[in-house]
Amino acid sequence: MKKTFVACLCAASACVAMAQDFITVASTTSTEQSGLFKHLLPEAKKALGFDIRVVAVGTGQALDMGRRGDADVEFVHDKVAEEKFLAEGYGVKRYEVMYNDFVIVGPKSDPAGARGRDVVAALKKIAAARSPFASRGDKSGTDAAEKRYWKQAGIEPWTQAPKPGWYRETGSGMGPTLNTAAGMNAYALADRGTWLSFKNRGDLVILVEGDTKLFNQYGVMLVNPAKHPHVKKEMGQRFIDWLTSPAGQAAIAAYRIDGQQLFFPNAKPGA
Amino acid sequence: MPDIAASFALALRLITGGDAELRGIVLLSLEVSLASALLACALGLPLGALVAVREFAGRRAVIVGLNALFGLPSVVVGLVVYLLLSRAGPLGAWGILFTPKAIVVAQTILVIPIVAALARQFVEDAWAEYREQLMSLGVSPARAVPTLIWDLRYSLLTVVLAGFGRAASEVGAVMIVGGNIDGVTRVMTTAIALETSKGDLPLALALGLVLLAIVFALNSAAYAIREWSVRRHG
Amino acid sequence: MAEASSLPLEARSITVRFGAVTAIDRVDIVLEGSAPVAILGANGAGKSVLLRTLHGLIAPTGGSVRWGGSTRRPRDQAMVFQRPVLLRRSALDNVRYALAVNGVSGAPRERRAREALARVGLGDFAGRAARVLSGGEQQRLALARAWALSPRVLFMDEPTASLDPAAAAEVERVIGEIRAAGTAIVLTTHHLGFARRVASEIVFLHLGRLTERTPAREFFATPRSLEAQSYLEGELP
Repeated sequence: MKKTFVACLCAASACVAMAQDFITVASTTSTEQSGLFKHLLPEAKKALGFDIRVVAVGTGQALDMGRRGDADVEFVHDKVAEEKFLAEGYGVKRYEVMYNDFVIVGPKSDPAGARGRDVVAALKKIAAARSPFASRGDKSGTDAAEKRYWKQAGIEPWTQAPKPGWYRETGSGMGPTLNTAAGMNAYALADRGTWLSFKNRGDLVILVEGDTKLFNQYGVMLVNPAKHPHVKKEMGQRFIDWLTSPAGQAAIAAYRIDGQQLFFPNAKPGA
Repeated sequence: MPDIAASFALALRLITGGDAELRGIVLLSLEVSLASALLACALGLPLGALVAVREFAGRRAVIVGLNALFGLPSVVVGLVVYLLLSRAGPLGAWGILFTPKAIVVAQTILVIPIVAALARQFVEDAWAEYREQLMSLGVSPARAVPTLIWDLRYSLLTVVLAGFGRAASEVGAVMIVGGNIDGVTRVMTTAIALETSKGDLPLALALGLVLLAIVFALNSAAYAIREWSVRRHG
Repeated sequence: MAEASSLPLEARSITVRFGAVTAIDRVDIVLEGSAPVAILGANGAGKSVLLRTLHGLIAPTGGSVRWGGSTRRPRDQAMVFQRPVLLRRSALDNVRYALAVNGVSGAPRERRAREALARVGLGDFAGRAARVLSGGEQQRLALARAWALSPRVLFMDEPTASLDPAAAAEVERVIGEIRAAGTAIVLTTHHLGFARRVASEIVFLHLGRLTERTPAREFFATPRSLEAQSYLEGELP
């Protein structure tokens, strides 16, 4: 009986033994859910010869992973938070990679009259109409952007006491928040990538897009080996170099959903 | 829910089509959950059995504690294991965070209290029946543990399956310590969570049905084995 | 190997209390082992408690039990209970188990186990699952297991109480053979006919006290104590 058990355990561990050649990239749920990595990583692996393992969490947690040394590379979209990360000494250098954009989605009937190109004006109208709005409220890059737009509109519903009933914080990722918005027929701020691959739209459509304020910049950084000596700095840097190279940038641009391009490469040459 | 028919059809297509990605996810789930269940039993069965047969100071407290750990919040376990295995943590040098090994660690911790508490219950009942005869034969309580465990093997099989079921259904802790990495630590439950959050409900439901089918099959097997054992041994 | 002997078995003024209840009250008894002893008494008289105390399963609250002069129980005793406790294994494996935990292995263990089964008439049942045997067969298996250990003293707690007359007769036959082979017998029972046939001496308990110890023939003809008289006339339960 004991022998069988030991044999089973050995088989199990042999099965789950992993290849050593890989880097760990901390990225965000919205990037993962857009499907970009499923498209991008096989090409990267072919070009570089090693595995890229993406752990997709909220931006806040992704950067925290870097601070702890649990990731080799950071690939997120919150410039303010990224620069703080660099200033604290946890990152080596920030490279711009690509941008996508945010959109405001809402019920087809648009009760608040938010439709248009101006995100700040739309938010003012939504607040005035007290229409339901689903917010992520999870310290993610998207959440940070959303709060920036509200502040520009001069409204901060999450600070009001008592909390306004129309502003609902789900504390979760983009997908679950959209699920909630669809269920409540509420407005929400989403990145286009997640929205395009989101299948449970209910009655929601894109109401606000095209405002330059809605552009969402992605940056990539190598976690500082001075702080964490075990960081795989050579492979990590090679990945960053590939992402910002013409080959990587082309791969990013080639990713489409329903014929629509999601991410627009904008790495500076020779960076 | 108009999607149920579509989900069933999709589930059958996925299963019979032998989709490679699905197969990988299912195999990984089975491996880590089986490893966790076996490891938890190797540690938890003797632990529960010993508590059942031995008198020692604080025994009552241990029993209450074991029963309380039944309801251990799994996200808490996930968080603690994450902090332990993180590079910034005491066991960071092991480098097993975001690998299947970390999942096995977290799941085993969750399952041990269940196995130990259930084993204690079964063994204590059996010990009441066997104690005098075994003592008469010169068997000490500690020596009796493997005898009792073997004698209760069919009942304890259900305990192993309960442990496996608990391991296989865990999401939160697995997400935290495994990272849900595509092709590496994505198991059935975390895949379901991901597809649900992407709003891809039919696919999530299809994965869920596969998981249910597996658990159902295992429990049917356990039931059949128990029935056979009663006929064989009374 | 100098094996410690359980005989003589000396219980000096033993008292056994469970909380407020006194089950055994200052009992003195010495067993040399030459003659089979039956402990009789009404329900609640303390027969089973006394038997277990003599076998070392219960530690007396007061007084002491010595086996061959020592307070540590030697390994040359065995006990059979009213309901046989058997493991979920074959009949043969149950006997093998008892031998194994007592340090017998290899060919001697195999031989002694099979012999024991044969002696109780279960030779053909070696491979059968022990727990599907009939009540009488199970009790004979328990006896085989005990006998395989070659004990000096065999304790039996109401060995025929759960059996129908045919099975009881078989068990009685086996006990007779064990006794003939030289093992000391100490048993409790309610079956007076069985006691009369098997025992040479009767120990009578009443409310935890030893009221008499008499050769069997005498006891059944003219018991010395009032309580024993009432018991035999059926007036005590």
